[in-house]
Amino acid sequence: MMNQDIYVVIEHLRGKTADISYLMLAGARALAQATGGEVIAVLLGHNAQSLANNMAADKVLYVEHPALAEFTSDAYQRTLAGLIAGKEPRAVLFASSSIGTDAASVLSARLKLPLISSCQSFSADGRPICQICGGKIMAESDLPDTTTLLTMTPGGYKPEEGQSGKAPDVIKVEAPSLDNLRVTLKQYIEPEAGDVDISKEPIIVSVGRGIQNQDNIEIAEELARALGGVVAASRPVVDQGWMSTSRLVGKSGKKVKPKIYLALGISGAPEHVEGMGESEVIIAINTDTNAPIFNVAKYGTTVDLFDLVPALTEKLREVKKV
Amino acid sequence: MNVVALFKLVPDLVEELEIDQSGTALNTDFLRLIINELDDHAIEQAILLKERSGARMTVIGSDAEGADDVLYTAVAKGADQLIKLMGDPNAVINNHAMARATAIVLKELQPDLILTGVQAHNDLDGSIGPLVAEYLGMPYVGYVSGVNVQNGRIVVRKEYPGGLIAEMEVDLPAVVGIQSAEQPPRYVTVNKVRQAMKTAAIEERPLPALDVSGGAAIRRMFKPESATRAKMIEGSTEEVTARLLDIFKEIGAL
Ligand SMILES: Cc1cc2nc3c(=O)[nH]c(=O)nc-3n(C[C@H](O)[C@H](O)[C@H](O)COP(=O)(O)OP(=O)(O)OC[C@H]3O[C@@H](n4cnc5c(N)ncnc54)[C@H](O)[C@@H]3O)c2cc1C
Ligand SMILES: Nc1ncnc2c1ncn2[C@@H]1O[C@H](COP(=O)(O)O)[C@@H](O)[C@H]1O
Repeated sequence: MMNQDIYVVIEHLRGKTADISYLMLAGARALAQATGGEVIAVLLGHNAQSLANNMAADKVLYVEHPALAEFTSDAYQRTLAGLIAGKEPRAVLFASSSIGTDAASVLSARLKLPLISSCQSFSADGRPICQICGGKIMAESDLPDTTTLLTMTPGGYKPEEGQSGKAPDVIKVEAPSLDNLRVTLKQYIEPEAGDVDISKEPIIVSVGRGIQNQDNIEIAEELARALGGVVAASRPVVDQGWMSTSRLVGKSGKKVKPKIYLALGISGAPEHVEGMGESEVIIAINTDTNAPIFNVAKYGTTVDLFDLVPALTEKLREVKKV
Repeated sequence: MNVVALFKLVPDLVEELEIDQSGTALNTDFLRLIINELDDHAIEQAILLKERSGARMTVIGSDAEGADDVLYTAVAKGADQLIKLMGDPNAVINNHAMARATAIVLKELQPDLILTGVQAHNDLDGSIGPLVAEYLGMPYVGYVSGVNVQNGRIVVRKEYPGGLIAEMEVDLPAVVGIQSAEQPPRYVTVNKVRQAMKTAAIEERPLPALDVSGGAAIRRMFKPESATRAKMIEGSTEEVTARLLDIFKEIGAL
């Protein structure tokens, strides 16, 4: 029989718990208040029990196995399939990430359970509220009346709310047989070093697809120089090879928290906001009044960046000379 | 090796999106559809594999405005076979239903490798890639930005935040969710696409029956109401420049 507990599949990478795990614990608490169950963290790993120490969970289910030391989709799915089917919680939260999304859809098909993705928060009566269409549309769903799998995106809760400063009870759960895995980790490849670390810079001028081509990046670089900052970019700019991966801001790039984040021609998709949403002052320059970036920016303008950026650079140079 | 790339047409986010009368879906009257950007990368990755290891490459998408363009563009880039899935335009579809139906078509093609975009922005019940993988009994790895064939298996570059890459070895047949190709999607001229239209044929196949169980139902759609919406700076370029300078001073950046 289904119970009312909310499970959170903890995400960790190379021995470190991801912030999104704590954020999910906070989300799970909100949902559990609506359903009336407990918040239960599900930790898969190898010698990883200590990761549970700070989790704001009522208890932790810990599965220990050498094949779970690092994430691989096959091993995670097999382990979680048995665990979820056996316990029938009200909902299971996964991160909308490189780890969580690989697992959630497969498990939804394997266990014939509904899946709701990109959930940002829960309403007071436990309805998932999700962000779609690059942040331009919100969608609210009912929580289906069977065990439901959800993937969670940042924005609704804070990691600190999911930290308790104490160790919850840990219950060990037997791992299934994890032989003959079809996916194995060969090695990690470190990001290239040597470039500036944008996560440490106080002033960032970031360019998006609105910059149109590689040559135009020069105007952003000039503005950055005039302001005493560095340039960064959204994913399409990096994917086009116009800027190095080390300058990427967002879900798959760096998280930055500068004093000033100037966004030029960036729409403000959730995956981008994930990396810069906590900047002190965000200033957005975007010709589309409805661009989601204006929902996170402190100041905004719809003046064309090709008019504004050179004018701004010139003015800054004048002022700084005096 | 048989490589299949899937694609989906999604609303162009540059356009304004309207919610329809039901309040649970987008108004499709003025919706402009474009290829999901990640599928452009999946097609590019498939072509790179074909060039490197002589794979046969099939591209599959559902019937929608713009689907033919995508298919002909793919053939101009190097695809061998084009398939368009023909369904009832009024049918209720969710990703679970779509994945089950697509899996039936895919099975016949006996693919060694299926590439999809890792996600599309306009739906709520998971991604076709991992769903199809499970229905076909294949392993799945997503967030991938590079695929190589080695000794009958593939080695993929899976992305983690901050530029960290995990090289994973995956048994074939497999499904891989592409985040980006190893190089930016190539460009083909309109002329080449026109040429392709004359010689290439699109196979139209009926979409197998849809079973919509397991999908999520949307109760209400709305535009985000932000409490912290930006203070908009209006005026001419000069006025906005002057105001921004003041703001920089207030923050202490000048
Ligand atoms: C799994 C996954 C991970 C991802 N990770 C990241 C990530 O780490 N970082 C990231 O950035 N994205 C990431 N993305 C991509 C993300 O979803 C968006 O596609 C991307 O952020 C959009 O980039 P953009 O805002 O530059 O481009 P667009 O969304 O195309 O926006 C361009 C903007 O420029 C404006 N514009 C155009 N011309 C002008 C002008 N002349 N003046 C002013 N404004 C103009 C337009 O109005 C538009 O809003 C990820 C996606 C997925 C699926
Ligand atoms: N109707 C469809 N036809 C073919 N491929 C699809 C379809 N829907 C989704 N896909 C593939 O699955 C990817 C992820 O989309 P989604 O499952 O909608 O998140 C897309 O980028 C496509 O590669």
